[in-house]
Amino acid sequence: MERIPILKMGEYLLVTIQVDMHDRVAMTLQDDLTARIVSAHAKGVLIDISALEIVDSFIGRMLGDLAAMSRVLAAETVVVGMRPAVAITLVELGLSLTGVRTALNVERGMELLRRRIAEQGRDGAGSD
Amino acid sequence: MPVLISATHGIHTPEDVVAVRQAVRQRAVELGFNLVDQTKLVTAASELARNTLQYGGGGAVLIEGIGDGLRRGLRLTFEDKGPGIADIDEALRGGFSTAGGLGLGLSGARRLSNEFQIESRPGEGTRVTITRWR
Ligand SMILES: Nc1ncnc2c1ncn2[C@@H]1O[C@H](COP(=O)(O)OP(=O)(O)O)[C@@H](O)[C@H]1O
Ligand SMILES: [Mg+2]
Repeated sequence: MERIPILKMGEYLLVTIQVDMHDRVAMTLQDDLTARIVSAHAKGVLIDISALEIVDSFIGRMLGDLAAMSRVLAAETVVVGMRPAVAITLVELGLSLTGVRTALNVERGMELLRRRIAEQGRDGAGSD
Repeated sequence: MPVLISATHGIHTPEDVVAVRQAVRQRAVELGFNLVDQTKLVTAASELARNTLQYGGGGAVLIEGIGDGLRRGLRLTFEDKGPGIADIDEALRGGFSTAGGLGLGLSGARRLSNEFQIESRPGEGTRVTITRWR
């Protein structure tokens, strides 16, 4: 069965969705990614959707679930590279992607993750 | 409205849903839809194809390029012989789902199209037709 590869980059994981996934592949990714966050002690996850020509409510929900699950595992998720036509369509579909952080591209997403993780480090130290 | 091109695709597996997305994309490109409109059509098709599979137990979509001298459009008719929808108004309300979904498939497909029709009878099946004009 096809699988979406998950790459480790330092303390982050990079998921590049390259294919028009069917729904079973999307479900497998959820399981694979949560397992990898734990085994790699990842602090952040970048999900690159720049190759995706559409995001429908199923994929949108999957992205939201991935962000929520990684948060529970103490990792931050950033979705990067959403195409403008996809973003316009999502709004009309009625999908708000609440709780999902987005960035223009992988570099910006990395910066965002670094900042978020640094902030959390400070917050954590302060509340001790 | 004259039919310029038409093709039917069965929807019986998740792979078929992907194939429907690709077929709709190709037709939309051929009919000269811009990228945003292509994206809207493919997204609506994806929602309705998934419903046909998930709730209708499988079915088919008729993809038609329609037009006259004045305008051209893409019409998609999704049909299944599944359990049907008891309360169509409820199903069309954004956020309503009997399957723990987001409930944005029918309402979203309606918003993404210029014309939207739904016929459904409990025990007989469901037919959803959407049209988008270029
Ligand atoms: N083809 C169909 N046959 C039977 N019921 C359907 C069909 N399409 C949609 N429904 C019903 O309408 C509800 C709303 O559908 P939709 O807006 O796509 O949201 P979701 O798929 O997230 O539940 C579904 O939960 C289902 O109960
Ligand atoms: Mg649906």
